[in-house]
Amino acid sequence: MEPSALASFWAGVLACAILLYVILDGFDLGVGVLFGTTREEAHRVRMMDTIAPFWDGNETWLVVIGAGLFAAFPDVYAVFLGAFYLPVLLLLIGLIFRGIAFEFRFRSLRMRPVWDLGFFLGSTLVAFVQGAAIGAMIRGIPVANGQYAGSPFGWLHPFAILTGIGLVLGYALLAAGWLVMKSDGELRDWAYRRIQWLAAGALAVLLVAFAVTFDYSILARSNLQARSWAFVFPVVGVLALAGLAVGVHRKRHDAVPFAMTVVFFLAAFLSLGAMFWPYMIPYSITVANAAAPEASLQFLFYGGVVVLPVIAIYTIGVYWVFRGKVRKGYGRGGGGGD
Amino acid sequence: MDLDPVFLSRLQFAFVISFHIIFPAFTIGLGAWLATIEGARLATGNALYRRVFDFWLKVFAVSFGMGVVTGIVMAFQFGTNWGVLAQRTGPIQGPLLGYEAFTAFMLEATFFGVMLLGRERVSPRFYFFACCMVSLGTMFSSFWILANNSWMQVPLGHKIVDGKIIPADWWAIVTGPVMMVRWPHMLLAAFLTTGMCVAATGAWYTLRGVHRAEARVMLHWGLGLVAVMIPIQLFFGHLTGLYVLQHQPAKFAAIEARWKTQQPASEVLLAIPDEKAQRNLYAIEVPKLGSMIASGNWTAKEIGLEAFPPEDRPPVLIPFFGFRLMVGMGLIMLAVSWFGNFLRWRGRLETTRWFLWGTFLAFPTGFIAILTGWFTAEVGRQPWVVYGVLRTKDALTPALTTGDVLFSLVGYVLVYAMFATFGGYYIFKLLRDGPTGDAKTIPGATGSRPLAFADSAETATGSTARTGA
Repeated sequence: MEPSALASFWAGVLACAILLYVILDGFDLGVGVLFGTTREEAHRVRMMDTIAPFWDGNETWLVVIGAGLFAAFPDVYAVFLGAFYLPVLLLLIGLIFRGIAFEFRFRSLRMRPVWDLGFFLGSTLVAFVQGAAIGAMIRGIPVANGQYAGSPFGWLHPFAILTGIGLVLGYALLAAGWLVMKSDGELRDWAYRRIQWLAAGALAVLLVAFAVTFDYSILARSNLQARSWAFVFPVVGVLALAGLAVGVHRKRHDAVPFAMTVVFFLAAFLSLGAMFWPYMIPYSITVANAAAPEASLQFLFYGGVVVLPVIAIYTIGVYWVFRGKVRKGYGRGGGGGD
Repeated sequence: MDLDPVFLSRLQFAFVISFHIIFPAFTIGLGAWLATIEGARLATGNALYRRVFDFWLKVFAVSFGMGVVTGIVMAFQFGTNWGVLAQRTGPIQGPLLGYEAFTAFMLEATFFGVMLLGRERVSPRFYFFACCMVSLGTMFSSFWILANNSWMQVPLGHKIVDGKIIPADWWAIVTGPVMMVRWPHMLLAAFLTTGMCVAATGAWYTLRGVHRAEARVMLHWGLGLVAVMIPIQLFFGHLTGLYVLQHQPAKFAAIEARWKTQQPASEVLLAIPDEKAQRNLYAIEVPKLGSMIASGNWTAKEIGLEAFPPEDRPPVLIPFFGFRLMVGMGLIMLAVSWFGNFLRWRGRLETTRWFLWGTFLAFPTGFIAILTGWFTAEVGRQPWVVYGVLRTKDALTPALTTGDVLFSLVGYVLVYAMFATFGGYYIFKLLRDGPTGDAKTIPGATGSRPLAFADSAETATGSTARTGA
């Protein structure tokens, strides 16, 4: 069954929202991960400064995804959230904890170690469960009568743990590129030094995950064989990592590592899409059979075509206003900290 | 009641939504209050209004931020715990709640940022316009929530095809007669809540002898606005009661704790309903008044719970007491605001300390009324989640186990308790310190990060924690 034009439109919107979310919240979650790997207060303050104007808005896309799924693909919304009940709980708690930590660490010296731990653990937890969900989806979600039909820990499989770790590394890699781009001096050098290790780790996990998927998933295999053009995506991914290596070696343009990592993420995302389209929940729910009735998609469409461009323009505006390197800090800790 | 996944999921939803609604309700009221006081400043040029505005803007920012954080959780609750509901009613509830999210995003992305950060960059008229748009935006946000909930209360405008609930007439869904009564009821509730908080804050400063001039503005405006709005609210409350009587007679009977059909019906003012024995203990009743309230005459027959099959009866305790608490809070607001205005007319408002104490202590009346009113509406709708269409017990995600929900419920309670402690303490400090200086924002704050905005109170009070010196 072919999806209707409106269903395809909303599937496209959601795909873009997911990609935007992964890249945008990815770098600020990754900063949270890297935050836990240094004890130097000056670094920590500057790390937070680099994401201060952005992190809250980045989570907007998560709500777009949740609300969009509920409205346009209610079956996917119901099955996904039922299947990942505990991971989603951890995700939400992680996000809240991290948000509180962000706003409160500067308000109290005594509680600061608690907030710092919360910021690190919350960020890492959120990144991990998102990666684990990808792995669990690749393994397939048991569905009966349009509802999740597995156990509460059905998602918790070594493969999901592997992809979870992979995404933590991937987000940290994005964050390292981000820090290089947005900072200077010691923090920039510190971030540069971490890129190669993070990239190597992320690549290793991705290669293993790809091999396992190719071996495990008949659908992915047959899709890739039928869509041979899709091999361009992994090639682009490898080229992006090569570009990253060159960028790190030369250290000439500080935007290169982040840009290359974004291309790398894009390539991985499109590869995944080529392997599983048109399934939204492998191997049971497709775009066409999950779509809400046309009357619902139509009604939502009017709001979407007005609101989504406004959010996009706003997002671009915020990034434009706070472009360039953070030299004085955006004020939280005055850049210097204690 | 058993600790089954259905009960625990209901408890969890009640917990996270109750926690959440405090903030949007406060925000809706504050948005309207800020637009009002900014309008007054524009009209009179009184600089005092500007100080009052700047102060409440900070509270607004924090409240908005906390509403957004707790709202993210709500975006996922329908799917995690109520999978069958989400799947079956998603075609209707999904777009309605989606529009709510759209409205909130539009707000954050546009005028909210102007309101928080643009004071010096736009003309006073445009700034006022932005305030009005933010206020309108918060109201529209609640429009979608109320449209969604009204559809769950009295479903209309849909058809059922192959067991799927499909929207047939969106106009009917979003502008049903029930919606048109309940939305104003909720808006007025939000305005009153904030009005009482503004008045209580003014009373607090007056009692402490600080911020005299600002306190006077808050006290006078707060009590004045509440005094005007409360009779309108009582009227809309009455209309809401009529829709319940017409569309949900079982809920009405539960609210009235009317077990048996009576003619003429008496009104139970207070009692302890005994759900097992289906009777009221220690009842204080007024004969015939029940018929008058429901049907407008002294002799009408009023249906009791016995008229409904046991599996269709809602619980009685929560609707009965919830409703009475809500009405009680309304009456307190009426008494405080009208007596306060009487004192003001006599020129004794600022000196009558016992009354100031009463006003101060009445700050939570609006919140309590909102919560208990919603408890009445939601528990009274049981055993249905979508009235007459889908039962609550059939709406649950089938794979959920008791352990899952117990774990998540405890998780939410712990995290929210921490969130409430710090957020509450923060708002308390803001309110306690009062209008200490101009609202100024730290660089790095944006419309989507309002919690960062209200930072200046601490620096203004000389706190050194920020820099860790």
